[in-house]
Amino acid sequence: MAILIDMPKLSDTMEEGIIAKWNVKEGDKVSSGDIIAEVETDKATMDVEVFDSGTVLKIIAQEGDSVPLGGKMAIIGEEGEDISEMLGDGGNSSASSKEDKKSSDEKSSAKEEKDEEFDPLFGELEKDSKGSEKEKADSEDSGSRVRISPLARKMADDQGISISDLKGKGSGPNGRITKKDVESFEKPEAATSQKSDEKDAAPEPAAKTKSAPAPGAYEDVPVSQMRKAIARRLGESKFTNPHFYETIDIDMKNAIELRKTFNALPDVKVSFNDLVVKACAVSLRRHQKVNSSWMGDFIRKHKEVHVAVAVAIEDGLVTPVIRNTDSKGLTEIGAEVRDLAAKARDKKLQPDQMEGSTFTISNLGMFGIEEFTAIINPPNACILAVGAIREVPVVEDGQVVPGNRMKVTLSSDHRVVDGASAAEFLQTLKGLLENPMSMML
Amino acid sequence: MPVKQFREAIREAMVEEMRKDESIIIMGEEVAEYNGAYKVTQGMLDEFGGKRIIDTPISELGFAGIGAGAAMNGLRPIIEFMTFNFALVGIDQILNNAAKIRYMSGGQISFPMVFRGPNASAGQLGATHSVAFESLYGHFPGLKVMYPSEPYDAKGLLKTAIRDNDPVIFLESEQMYAMKQEMPDEEYTIPLGVGKIKREGKDVTIVAHGKMYHVAKQAAEQLAKDGVEAEIIDPRTMKPFDFKMVIESVKKTNRCVIVDESHPFAGMASEIGFIIQRDAFDYLDAPVLRVCLPDVPAPFAKNLFEKWLPSPKEIIDAVNAVTYRN
Repeated sequence: MAILIDMPKLSDTMEEGIIAKWNVKEGDKVSSGDIIAEVETDKATMDVEVFDSGTVLKIIAQEGDSVPLGGKMAIIGEEGEDISEMLGDGGNSSASSKEDKKSSDEKSSAKEEKDEEFDPLFGELEKDSKGSEKEKADSEDSGSRVRISPLARKMADDQGISISDLKGKGSGPNGRITKKDVESFEKPEAATSQKSDEKDAAPEPAAKTKSAPAPGAYEDVPVSQMRKAIARRLGESKFTNPHFYETIDIDMKNAIELRKTFNALPDVKVSFNDLVVKACAVSLRRHQKVNSSWMGDFIRKHKEVHVAVAVAIEDGLVTPVIRNTDSKGLTEIGAEVRDLAAKARDKKLQPDQMEGSTFTISNLGMFGIEEFTAIINPPNACILAVGAIREVPVVEDGQVVPGNRMKVTLSSDHRVVDGASAAEFLQTLKGLLENPMSMML
Repeated sequence: MPVKQFREAIREAMVEEMRKDESIIIMGEEVAEYNGAYKVTQGMLDEFGGKRIIDTPISELGFAGIGAGAAMNGLRPIIEFMTFNFALVGIDQILNNAAKIRYMSGGQISFPMVFRGPNASAGQLGATHSVAFESLYGHFPGLKVMYPSEPYDAKGLLKTAIRDNDPVIFLESEQMYAMKQEMPDEEYTIPLGVGKIKREGKDVTIVAHGKMYHVAKQAAEQLAKDGVEAEIIDPRTMKPFDFKMVIESVKKTNRCVIVDESHPFAGMASEIGFIIQRDAFDYLDAPVLRVCLPDVPAPFAKNLFEKWLPSPKEIIDAVNAVTYRN
C-alpha cells in the first residue's frame, strides 16, 4: 500500500512550505526516521522526516515549489506499485500553484497562494460582510437642518451658491449634499437667463436635445474654475468683439543671427519669444491705437505697455503680464516670462500677476503651428498669434535661396482698431524683427 | 536587484550597523545559539561573538532593564522580544525608564536603544499572543514607533532606529518575515516620520500600516476593477506620524479610510482621523471611516478569527460608503 507524504505543519503559523531540497530521488529506498527533504517555512528551513519505510515512487513537488499545508509532496510504497490513482489531482494542484507563482513573480511571496481557502493575513474577498464594526456617522433625522459635507459647503460658498438652493438635492445618506451634488447644480438665475437668451437666438441648441449614448461611451468631466473662466471670458470676447485678422510673413534671418550672437555670451539666454515680446512692446509704443481698450462709450488709450503672454498649463491657460514691457531688456523679459510660466504651471500665480495687460501674445511656434488666429483677451484690443519659424525657399535678388520665415496673425477688435492701423502696427513689428538691432535704438 | 526576505532585511540592517559601531549589542531570548526564534539573527553569534549577541533567560523585565541600563552607560542595545506580547512583562522598563529618564534627567541621560520583535496577530495564536501594540507605545512621549510593511522599508528604518539616540519601538510580524522584495545593494536609510504613497489614486485615501498595508493593497486592486482609484499611504513610522502626507492626499481625494489592526477605542485610527477632521475639515466630502479590530480580544476559533481580522471586503465596503457608491 503506497503512502502519500504531505506537507507537515512545521511551525505554528505556517500556511505553506517551499521545498528547499530533496535528499532522495525517485527509486531510492527510505526507512522510518530518514530526513527526506528540507522545507522552507515562514520561520526557518526545517527537516521533513519520513515515518514509513519503502521506495520513493514519485516526487510530486519539485525543489522550489510552494506546497500548501497538507499538499502532496511525494509517494512512498513498494516498487512497481500502481499509484496512478493517488497521483490524480495531486500532481495538478502542485503544477498549477507553480504557474500561479511564476505569473505573479513580482508580488510578495506570501500572496502567492491565492486559491487558499483562508489566509489569515490576506483574508478572502468572497467572505460575507461582517457588519459588526460598521461605523455610522449619520445622526438621526434632525428636522429642517440642511445636511451637507464640509467640502460641498465650501464649494457652494466659493461658487456663490446658496445652501438653501441646494436643499433637497443631496444624494448622500439622509439626503446629505455632497461634492457631486454641488458640481451638478445649476444656478437658478443662470438657468433662466440662459433660457431667455435662447429664445432670441438659435431655435434649438444642440446641447439641449438629449440623445442617450450607451453607458460607458463617454466620460463626464467636471468643469474646473479655470475652464469656467475661459468659457465665459473667451466666449464673451469672440461673440461680442468684432474680430478681424491680418497675417504678415516676417524674415527671421537677422533675428536668428542676433539670437546666436546673444546666446554666445556667458549667462545670456534669449529666446525667439523674448524677441517677439520686445518687438511688440516697441511697436505698441509707436502705435497707441493697438494699445487700447473698448470701454463702451469711450476708448481708453493706455499710456503704459503691459504685454501678457499666454501660458498653457494643465487643463487650461493663463496670461501672466510683463509690466512696462517696453522699458525692459531682452534678458529681463526672458527671465520674467520663464519665472511667470513656471509659477503658472505650479498654480502659484497671484491674481495681480495676471491683471492689467494692454496686449497679449499667444505663441504656438514651438508646436510647429504655421499660423493661427487667437481670440482677443479682453479688455485688450488686439492679440498676436505667433507661428513657427519655417525654413522655406525665398526669392532674393531673383535667386531662390533658403530662408527662415515666421507668420504672425493679429486679431483686432474693429470697434477700436481699423484695418489700416493694424497693418501699420504689423509693418513696424515686421521691420523690428527683420532688423532687430533697430530695437536697441 | 537581489530579492531578499523581510528577516534578511532586518538582519542586514543590524549586521551592517554592528560592523561600524562596536557599542551595538543584541539581547533576547534565543537570539544567539538558536540563531533567533524567527531566524532574524541567524549567523550573528558566529560573526560578533557572545559578548555582543547575548542569549537571555525568559525574563523580559530583566533583559529590558539590563538593556536600558546599558543604554544609560553608553552602549546601543537592540532588545529582541520573541513577540511584543511578551514585552508586557518588561514594559515598566520601557515606559518608565527608557521613555522617561531623558526627560526626568533634564537631557543628561539618553537611551540610544531599539526594542524590536513581531507585533500583532499571526493566525490562530489566541488572545494573549495577538495584540497590536503600536497605539499603546505611540501614546507615550519619549518613544518613537516604527511598523514597516515591506523589506525595503524595514531595512532603511531599522538603520535609522539604531542610529537614533532615543528609544525606538520597532515592530515586525511573524507573517511578514518570509515576505520578499527587491533590495538595493548600496546603503540607504529611511528618515523617521516620512510616509510613502504606495499607490496613487484620486478617489479615496486609504491609510494602512504594517501588515494591514497588504490587506489594503488587495482591496485597492479589487476597487480598481470597479473604477475606483484608491491612494494608499503607508506611514511606515507610527510616531512621529506623517500627517502632512495624509492631509495633502485627503485634500485631493476628499475621502479617507484608515485601516488599523488595533482595537477601535483610542487606537491609531482614532488619532489619524482626529487630525484629518481638524486639518482637512473643508476638504471632506464624507466622514472618515476606519476598518479595525472589534473591541474584542483575538478569538482562537478559525471562523471567529476570520471575522475578527480586518479584511479586503471590509475595506471595500468602507470605501463604497465614503464614495457614496452603496
